[in-house]
Amino acid sequence: MNALKLKKGSSRKSAYDLKNPLGDLIETHTIAVLVDNEAGVLARVIGLFAGRGYNIESLTVAEVDHTGHLSRITIVTTGTPAVIEQIKAQLARIVPVHEVHDLTVEGPSVERELAMLKVSGTGDKRVEAMRLAEIFRASVVDTTLESFVFEITGAPEKIDAFVDLMHPLGLVEIARTGVAAMLRGAKSHP
Amino acid sequence: MTRQMSGAQMVVQALKDQGVDTVFGYPGGAALPIYDEIFQQNEIRHILVRHEQGAAHAAEGYARSTGKPGVVLVTSGPGATNTVTGLMDALLDSIPMVVLSAQVPTFMIGTDAFQEADTVGITRPCTKHNWLVKDTNKLANTLHQAFQVATTGRPGPVLIDIPKDVQFATGSYVGPNKAVVTHYKPQVKGDIKAITALVDAIEKAEKPVFYTGGGVINSGTGASQLLRELVAGTGFPITSTLMGLGAYPASGDAWLGMLGMHGTYEANLAMHDCDLMINIGARFDDRITGRIEDFSPKSLKAHIDIDASSINKVIQVDIPILGDVGHVLEDLLKIWKSRGRKTNSAAVKSWWEQIEGWRAINCLSYKNSDELIKPQYAMQRLEALTKDMDRYITTEVGQHQMWAAQYLGFESPNRWMTSGGLGTMGYGLPASIGVQVAHPDSLVVNVAGDASFLMNMQEMGTATQFNLPVKQFILNNERLGMVRQWQQLLHGERYSHSWSESLPDFVKLAEAFGAKGILVDHPKDLDDAIKEMIAHDGPVILDCVVEKHENCFPMIPSGKPHNEMLLGDASTEGAIDSDGAVLV
Repeated sequence: MNALKLKKGSSRKSAYDLKNPLGDLIETHTIAVLVDNEAGVLARVIGLFAGRGYNIESLTVAEVDHTGHLSRITIVTTGTPAVIEQIKAQLARIVPVHEVHDLTVEGPSVERELAMLKVSGTGDKRVEAMRLAEIFRASVVDTTLESFVFEITGAPEKIDAFVDLMHPLGLVEIARTGVAAMLRGAKSHP
Repeated sequence: MTRQMSGAQMVVQALKDQGVDTVFGYPGGAALPIYDEIFQQNEIRHILVRHEQGAAHAAEGYARSTGKPGVVLVTSGPGATNTVTGLMDALLDSIPMVVLSAQVPTFMIGTDAFQEADTVGITRPCTKHNWLVKDTNKLANTLHQAFQVATTGRPGPVLIDIPKDVQFATGSYVGPNKAVVTHYKPQVKGDIKAITALVDAIEKAEKPVFYTGGGVINSGTGASQLLRELVAGTGFPITSTLMGLGAYPASGDAWLGMLGMHGTYEANLAMHDCDLMINIGARFDDRITGRIEDFSPKSLKAHIDIDASSINKVIQVDIPILGDVGHVLEDLLKIWKSRGRKTNSAAVKSWWEQIEGWRAINCLSYKNSDELIKPQYAMQRLEALTKDMDRYITTEVGQHQMWAAQYLGFESPNRWMTSGGLGTMGYGLPASIGVQVAHPDSLVVNVAGDASFLMNMQEMGTATQFNLPVKQFILNNERLGMVRQWQQLLHGERYSHSWSESLPDFVKLAEAFGAKGILVDHPKDLDDAIKEMIAHDGPVILDCVVEKHENCFPMIPSGKPHNEMLLGDASTEGAIDSDGAVLV
């Protein structure tokens, strides 16, 4: 048997076939996951995303049922349709996971995020920051003579827009909660 | 009524209540309270291994050969980390296993205490689920839950980490029937609409094939019976993955042999050319599919699986059926029979004619030798001399594993224990010990390679101590044969670190462990050596010196579709292109 001539540096493919028949069609989905609020449950969810190479755009988690010890995790993720289906199936088989809901599919849904922005400056810029905050219905939760802390709530895009406007006006610090989301209408997930 | 007892007593009580008769383990500081309880009872047998990895694989062998969960008991830190390979192996092959690991006392967790490791953190991705129990009152419930999770749905390994103070403290014990079960309840019944769609397809199919996997075996012996009934009724050809061997008998009329990278020519071509593929409890592993774009391009595909994440993960299927194989097959048979047991028998007959044409190639033929033992010949003789016996086979990983799968025939499920998904060298010897513990009067043979065998050879001590007459059949080519084969085909015959330098004298090694050693290096002596191995009442190492450069064929080179198989006599020049080289 003869040896095969291998070109150097030809190893570009992965050990698995990653080509998707749908090409580069990447979708963004918001997924709500109801889990037992037990030690390590968040690590299981995050470990799943890290271990299988899925994206997390945003993730929020808090206990929503104190008697039943249930937490709601809201994950915004991106991927091809096949990957999104895999993410949901993989989430659903984690033992402490009770329910998985793709709000993007089951929607329409409302998505809200809270952010705090520290803007420092004096003079015209300070006045302009305050004026824009009023337009965006952001409220001032702390102030000194040379700084504001604004609190703003809304869809992530609205917060992005506000952040962009604050940049030239002395934005020095941002804290965002990530998205909390819920279906519109009377239908509910327990 | 709940009973008060220590955490350590609860562990032993819960094992008894779960029907556990055997534990594979190794003691250490943090596990001493549990070991003290093990000492004071006789219902549960403790098998002392020589390395915790051995305990995990032995438990896998026990589980795979009995259908019951395997149980492992280890200490904190290194005891727990040494089980990681076994846990991952059991996760990928869906083997029910419960690992009990001791942990440093709760008040010392996080202080980098002696033999402390973040065991639940380390084992989270290699278990189906795991728990750190910090309260003795929750221990019994967690233990029962662990057995439920390990054995239901898609089976898998679980781990319970038990700090030493939780073992010492007193709490209330609850039995399995009082334990609070979780919401975890996998769906076992398949959707009747989907099953009916599959019946439609079965009735119309012209070129059908059953592609079955480990899920059939995990579903229990009843599932194998239903599968046999379905195959006999329809007359459709059947192939199986490495993990599914024995669900359908190798002597069965419809048997095509194993499929996949080293599967038979007829099985792989049937998969490629079929018009209906019925996947029962297999997962479209990359060793099976080859190049995805060219995988069975003309077929309608049905997939029965208990794990929703296995469906449409690799291959998009037309008829997904979520459920347990046994339940789904029962419904499938019921519907198919009630509709008059219809198949397109004329078309299926000519499909069989086509298959017989492929079969005539005789893809497992090889050039035998009068001077050297060919590994294929060794397997054929082992098969001939043991096939009518009450026999269990385990393997290590590599060429010998594929030859065993190709040349040994399995007539019933739970008789074949091998590391499929993870491909763990060092699995076979401890697995054979676990099998022998469960079946003390049966013949248990581990088909091994010289390199794999060395990875957990310390377990020969376990075999001797517990009088476990396991037979270690080493196909000794003084090579890492599969690595060598790939280097020959793919890496310019540059044999980088793929030979076994400084091998021990296996006969002396056996004797050093108090076992029997036999050396055979000539074909004419092979039968006698195998008979001597079988006849000896005790553990044996048979050092079978074989042809060193034999390659394992047939072979679907990486990155190639099923219809571009290499056969034994074919030239392998240009077999694998540079893109295929990185597909492993």
